[in-house]
Amino acid sequence: MLKKLFVGALGLALCGAALAAEWNLQPAASKLAEDIHWLHEAVMVLVVILFVGVFGFMFWSCYAHRKSVGHKAEQFHENTTVEIIWTVIPALILVLIAWPVTKVVIAQKDTSQPDLTIKATGMQWKWGYDYLKGEGEGISFVSTLATPRAQIEGREPKGEHYLLEVDHELVVPLGRKIRVLTTAADVVHSWWVPAFGAKQDAIPGFIRDIWFTPNKTGTYRSQCVELCGKDHGFMPIVVRVVSPEDYTKWVGEQKTLMAKASADETRSYTLDELKSRGEKVYAANCVACHQASGKGVPGTFPALDGSKVAQGPAADHIDIVLHGKPNTAMQSFARLGNAELAAVITFERNSWSNHAGAAVQPADVRARRK
Amino acid sequence: MSAVIDTHGHAHDHGHGGHPGGYGGIMRWITTTNHKDIGTMYLWFSFAMFSVGGVMAMLIRAELFSPGLQIVNPDFFNQLTTMHGLIMVFGAIMPAFVGFANWLIPMQIGAPDMAFARMNNWSFWILPFAASLLIISFFVPGGAPGVGWTMYAPLTVQMGVGMDLTIFAVHLLGMSSIMGSINIVTTILNMRAPGMTLMRMPLFCWTWLITGYLLIAVMPVLAGAVTMTLTDRHFGTSFFNAAGGGDPVLYQHIFWFFGHPEVYIIALPAFGVVSQVIPAFSRKPLFGYASMVYATSAIAILSFIVWAHHMYTVGMPVTGQLFFMYATTLIAVPTGVKVFNWVATMWKGSLTFETPMLFACGFLFLFTLGGFTGLVLSLVPIDIQLHDTYYVVAHFHYVMVAGALFAAFAGIYFWLPKWTGKMYNEKLGQIHFWLTMIFFNITFFVQHFAGLAGMPRRIPDYPLQFETWNKISSIGAFGMGLSQLVFLYAVVQCIRSGAKAPDKPWEGADSLEWTHLPTPVPYHTFDPQPDLR
Repeated sequence: MLKKLFVGALGLALCGAALAAEWNLQPAASKLAEDIHWLHEAVMVLVVILFVGVFGFMFWSCYAHRKSVGHKAEQFHENTTVEIIWTVIPALILVLIAWPVTKVVIAQKDTSQPDLTIKATGMQWKWGYDYLKGEGEGISFVSTLATPRAQIEGREPKGEHYLLEVDHELVVPLGRKIRVLTTAADVVHSWWVPAFGAKQDAIPGFIRDIWFTPNKTGTYRSQCVELCGKDHGFMPIVVRVVSPEDYTKWVGEQKTLMAKASADETRSYTLDELKSRGEKVYAANCVACHQASGKGVPGTFPALDGSKVAQGPAADHIDIVLHGKPNTAMQSFARLGNAELAAVITFERNSWSNHAGAAVQPADVRARRK
Repeated sequence: MSAVIDTHGHAHDHGHGGHPGGYGGIMRWITTTNHKDIGTMYLWFSFAMFSVGGVMAMLIRAELFSPGLQIVNPDFFNQLTTMHGLIMVFGAIMPAFVGFANWLIPMQIGAPDMAFARMNNWSFWILPFAASLLIISFFVPGGAPGVGWTMYAPLTVQMGVGMDLTIFAVHLLGMSSIMGSINIVTTILNMRAPGMTLMRMPLFCWTWLITGYLLIAVMPVLAGAVTMTLTDRHFGTSFFNAAGGGDPVLYQHIFWFFGHPEVYIIALPAFGVVSQVIPAFSRKPLFGYASMVYATSAIAILSFIVWAHHMYTVGMPVTGQLFFMYATTLIAVPTGVKVFNWVATMWKGSLTFETPMLFACGFLFLFTLGGFTGLVLSLVPIDIQLHDTYYVVAHFHYVMVAGALFAAFAGIYFWLPKWTGKMYNEKLGQIHFWLTMIFFNITFFVQHFAGLAGMPRRIPDYPLQFETWNKISSIGAFGMGLSQLVFLYAVVQCIRSGAKAPDKPWEGADSLEWTHLPTPVPYHTFDPQPDLR
């Protein structure tokens, strides 16, 4: 009796939890995702029917054919007809499932004639986006986790979109076919937006593609889904779907920002300007390995505080940041602008116990680019 | 006793039958070539590794109890998931079934020992060294590799010296498995008693014969994959580095060409154990013996042509995706045949539910659930949504834990009286079963929901909407871990102070170890072999 009560209470608790939490596929925002959800539901219905069928027999047997109720064992152990039936029927069911599934597989692979092509580059541990073809061509930015460390380490309450918020969202227009090319700078990552039914591994040195046509405006959130090292859990993917008119407006804003940034590339800055900008660049790109303290992680990621590179000649420091260090997590940061690189290098050379005193200017960085 | 009077095994009981020849104390275990001693060592080794891997699992679940980083840092978290996987697969589950094979195959086919007795000793004694390498890797600079048990390139190139230790450990484990399977295959093919034809063998021997071939075929492939990783790391090769003309996806193809048959290497011996236990407690012969043998062979052959279903999201051509999808769904047919046969064996039997039968029924029920989610995952579009999420974690734990581990528990309780001569405490066994059954489902059933809702696997921290599922799952994991102490207690208590077991404690058991040998089995059995013609 007590056991039954316990099981009952547990069942109720689980049902309560199911209602409170997310327990099914996220709402679809593309035709592909709708098709996938439909397939999933159809297969689940089939699975439940098979489940009830097979285990109906098993539990009936457990109930009625017990020795304790005096059931005598029969000794049959073969029946060719039955065995043929339960081989052929499942095979036929599989053929029936195969047809609708195959249609979706073929549709998923059809990346032809997109309205907009975007390249997504996985990097430890952020996503780079380049608008390659279509409206907005030439826009390029890096999208990094925006959740503060203090929330992750429990020093601040966690926000609504904890771990699912970025500094630059990917913006795409409603109702247009978007083709995403994926690749990676270091190790394998995987780009996924559940609401679009689009997931594709990002493989260093290779380019793969997927597509989706968003059919609802809104912000869709997800994460990298292939283990890519220490901060695999901290590189979200956020896509904002806007109306085509809003998209045109957004493209205009981005172009203005880019023009301003390229003007920044050529001028000189004071040490303090570079340091304060460098701190932000450091927080977005370097802090995951080298840590806010500049002390790194002993044995895994080297310290910058007091390091030979940060206290040695500026040219060597620029080279390492520009070209990376082979076979380590230290990648090339050449994709950042000269001004950003100058700022972060100046910051590293003038923080903690490092006191170079001199600023590295954007022109110095440009001179070291190969 | 009448069944055992005429056996030579019994006669030996009065001679040197009860004594291990040669050394005593620790040297007995180091030098032994006796299949029963070696089987025992495999089983205890497996339990030790199961405990180590279990502690890692509980640390993982402790970190995942709440969002945010509390107990371990992300680096160490990755090391834990990697080592939990490697230790459970190669240290716990595989050695457990090799232990069963050592104990049972000679007795079930009427052979005096394994074919290569000294190699048998060697294949066991490699294991502690391999396990030490894995554990030592935690204490070298950079720690254990944090790459996942699948060790995907090129992340492996970024790891410290712990990665090299792991690669050597995998080499050693592979050597041990290959030697073990050569031994098992040779024993079964050459050392059966007169009249023990292949189609009269207990199904456990059949599943191991087929598993042996699978191991010999795929362990060298894994060794190749990790060796290429080693040379990419240290000797400037570029097998998996695009910049040098290689391909990271090549690693995944090679790994899963090993990895998918590996799933059946773990599952088939479990099928074998369950196929012994269910008929015994149904008091009815196994339904469709021949079709079980054919289904097992079909599963083994199909397992070689489905590997890329682990890789639907790498960007294969559409024809590749369709081929691997069709081949994968095909496996459902022979697997279905097996499930139907087990249910038909129970049908109209005379059932009792002692602990081995409870675990076998638990296996049948939960493994089939894992099979159903496998069917869901075999379909490319659905898999693309669920790949690398907790849905997959739930799926393979239903297959590996509720499949292989439950079958191993069923086997331990089933044969413990034969091995030790003493009965385990039935009440303790039943408590162990129900605790494990309940906590297993609390741990893993909810992970299906977390996965459907979009929670990626192998993350140390997660968005807030997954908190409920993770809390429930963590509670279940602690419960399941602690429940295994009941198992340890039940086994130790059985060995030390269990009641004396009769020769045939299970009414329906009918293979040679029950019908032709006394309880406990003497140290040397079937020398000379029984005539079964």
